[in-house]
Amino acid sequence: MEIKTTGVAGTLESSDIQIMISKGDDGIQIDLDSEVIKAYGDQIKKVITDTLEKYGIDNAKVKAVDKGALDCVIAARTLAAAQRATETSDRPELGVLQ
Amino acid sequence: MTYIKNRLRRTMMFVPGNNPAMVKDAGIYGADSIMLDLEDAVSLTEKDAARMLVFNAIKTVDFGGAEIVVRINGQDTPFYDEDVKAMVRAGVDVIRLPKTESADMIQKLVTDIENVEKEYGVEKGSIGVMAAIESAKGVLNTPEIATATPLMMGLAVSGEDYTADMHTHRYPDGRELEFARNMVLQAARAADVYAFDTVFSNMNDTEGFYRETRYIYELGYDGKSLVNPRQIPMVNEVFNPSKEEIENAMAVQNAISEAKAKGSGVISMNGKMVDKPVVEKANRVIETAKASNLIDEEGNYIGK
Repeated sequence: MEIKTTGVAGTLESSDIQIMISKGDDGIQIDLDSEVIKAYGDQIKKVITDTLEKYGIDNAKVKAVDKGALDCVIAARTLAAAQRATETSDRPELGVLQ
Repeated sequence: MTYIKNRLRRTMMFVPGNNPAMVKDAGIYGADSIMLDLEDAVSLTEKDAARMLVFNAIKTVDFGGAEIVVRINGQDTPFYDEDVKAMVRAGVDVIRLPKTESADMIQKLVTDIENVEKEYGVEKGSIGVMAAIESAKGVLNTPEIATATPLMMGLAVSGEDYTADMHTHRYPDGRELEFARNMVLQAARAADVYAFDTVFSNMNDTEGFYRETRYIYELGYDGKSLVNPRQIPMVNEVFNPSKEEIENAMAVQNAISEAKAKGSGVISMNGKMVDKPVVEKANRVIETAKASNLIDEEGNYIGK
């Protein structure tokens, strides 16, 4: 999947996570900001990476600002941002979330 | 989850589909049905993200046994097809179609659901539909809408859009909604489906909320749409049977078993004949009382 533009999804409200995805050339690089980074940082990054890989993105820069999102929210926001970045939002790939 | 035609549906709580905090907590308030909204509560630019969030929430969040309804975007929008596809794949209980004006619209929805069920191997008929009636045309066509499909769960009056279509707006006394409320209820009863009243959005007017809830309860509505969890206990208070009603209903049921034991065809209670409508009403009271934990297994009253 080719990243064509910068894709953003999610908000900075409680229980949400804002994900910004842009072009990258060195695997999936995640810059995560979270109050629970010590306890859950690895898990949040894993959900983001798994979702992107499942969707077919191997290289991307990701900026994530977490406000206490559950895994199901992280995955949904990551996919929304990824489809916006690849300009494919009109064809949602829900299979990625299953 | 699977759609169940008959269940307790006193409260249907609206939850904005793009708000993770509200979606994840929706199950803790004890609403009978939760309506996750992809339509009016979600801005045009967030439709794709809300759909994914609701899809994942249905698959993973514990809603405490509440029925899950999703209000999808209308058939005249570019979001409709993907909304249907996503909700069928998520395994929602009921899909609510906004701005329903004809039986054709409901039949199109059912066909679209069936096609997705076939494509993804979802059991046919495992998702119910409901119609939001929001216009003069919709109100006049409620009889055909209510009987459009065996999968019809119910009809809901949507007061804001309807009053706008009628060139009026909502007033505290609700007279502007009288015809629509009665028409929707009549059509729902005739078709043996559920009837839901519109939301009451002024949270500061508690008295007005009780007045409206009592009114629609007296008319015979099954439940009310809500925007705030604080309204759930208020609706339940109005819809729950009183101690006297429950005791009376128990007496009716006892009279029936007594008559059966005696082999008597005619059932009487306190010298009065107990006929079919009385029996049905009593059964409904007992069912609601059980579901609301107002009586225990043996039928003893344990409410307040």
